[in-house]
Amino acid sequence: MKETVAIEKIEDIEIRLLLEALYSRYHYDFRNYAMASIKRRLKQGRDQLGFASFSALQESLLHDAAMLPRILGYLTVQVSEMFRDPTYFRAIREKVVPHLRTYPSLKVWVAGCSGGEELYSLVILFREEGLEERTLFYATDINQDALRSAEAGVFAIDRVPLFTENHRNSGGKSSLSDYYHAAYGKVSFDKTLRRNVVFSDHSLVTDAVFAEMQLISCRNVLIYFDRSFQDRALGLFKDSLSRSGFLGLGAKESLRFSQHAGAFKDFIREEKIYQRRGA
Amino acid sequence: MNSRQAEAVVIGASAGALEALSVILPALPVGFSLPVIVVVHVPPNKRSMLTELFQAKCQVPVREVEDKEPISAGTVFFAPPDYHLLIEVDKSLALSSDEAVLFSRPSIDVLFESAADTYGSALIGIILTGANQDGARGLKAIVEAGGLALVQSPAGAFASTMPEAAIAACPSAQVMSLDALAACLKKFGG
Ligand SMILES: C[S@@+](CC[C@H](N)C(=O)[O-])C[C@H]1O[C@@H](n2cnc3c(N)ncnc32)[C@H](O)[C@@H]1O
Repeated sequence: MKETVAIEKIEDIEIRLLLEALYSRYHYDFRNYAMASIKRRLKQGRDQLGFASFSALQESLLHDAAMLPRILGYLTVQVSEMFRDPTYFRAIREKVVPHLRTYPSLKVWVAGCSGGEELYSLVILFREEGLEERTLFYATDINQDALRSAEAGVFAIDRVPLFTENHRNSGGKSSLSDYYHAAYGKVSFDKTLRRNVVFSDHSLVTDAVFAEMQLISCRNVLIYFDRSFQDRALGLFKDSLSRSGFLGLGAKESLRFSQHAGAFKDFIREEKIYQRRGA
Repeated sequence: MNSRQAEAVVIGASAGALEALSVILPALPVGFSLPVIVVVHVPPNKRSMLTELFQAKCQVPVREVEDKEPISAGTVFFAPPDYHLLIEVDKSLALSSDEAVLFSRPSIDVLFESAADTYGSALIGIILTGANQDGARGLKAIVEAGGLALVQSPAGAFASTMPEAAIAACPSAQVMSLDALAACLKKFGG
């Protein structure tokens, strides 16, 4: 007889159980990430780590804590760029900064900071605009390796031409080379850029509000969540922003489909910069 | 597959895409019943003009995808530059910044594999002109899930590498001209 109900594929069952195991054992919650992309990356992980099935991978993950960072490396995507989408940073500079100037002190949260590219972009922009001194930056991520690289501020030198071009296109007022020195195929960003930065392990899906912000920049993180996790994270942003605080998302992310859409208004629609409505 | 079963169409194209899509997409009639989800290799650091261009040429609505957008019937969706486009089980469109695949982001393979996963045998996959091998793996996934594979005939293609690679990976694929592809789509969703 022909099956009429859709039967969950074995692989999908295994993935669901694997994510459940990851949550129960280590409290990393990937259960409501966007599954199509999780599945692709877990397949890569399974094949590259040499497991015959997701079930075998799960067994190893449960019994061997050393597997955790390796799996997290597959589950979280560390692709980033300094001044990625220069028009976004130009909009922050030209449209958001004038509002921020009216505050005596500022808090800025870079959520899902990856290797620090977005963070350093904002710190440099704030320095150029004379706001750095009065600003405390929070850079958070769930990936420890990423946080460590962000804190080190070291990047491969072959990425610098793109960073430099992006910085210029964002309306940069200085030369990017003022902020790093090059050695052995790498560039290290000046440690004074980290003077006002707090790096911290924080998950947008399991952790809570920790400070009141005037600007939150969270780009290309929400795309990895399904709608329920997106709502969770956006609720956190809503509760973390001061009155009239700003939220910047990635170029193709949108509040349109969220239950929190009403808490924000478009500030610069094309750049996905929103402003918290007064409560 | 008989025409009742098709639920979605995915198309991949690279070098020469504009001309090829200009034969197929404007031919879709008002009231076309299937969503058409398209990956074209476009340069990462520029805004893509594809959406505006085809909005002007097509009878059906044309959109550039935003993350988690629901898939609506009878609409053409383009992947934005510099993001992979995937289809979620709940039939929404998801974007990702994952590494490029075969030097491409968006990648045709990534779209096709996730679409095959979601739509199974109710999917039509089409590979058009292009100068690389992207899409061959994805089309194979569609065939393995029971979907229908169509390929532009390499002889008539601006760049034949991509259709040739697709045919090599999927010997059962039907190979045809652009006009025949347009007619075939109308049959399934017209
Ligand atoms: C593609 S990167 C984006 C980097 C940067 N924001 C940009 O736009 O260039 C996504 C980042 O989100 C982080 N991430 C994933 N899940 C997270 C969560 N639940 N909470 C916080 N960060 C998360 C990943 O570890 C990764 O560093």
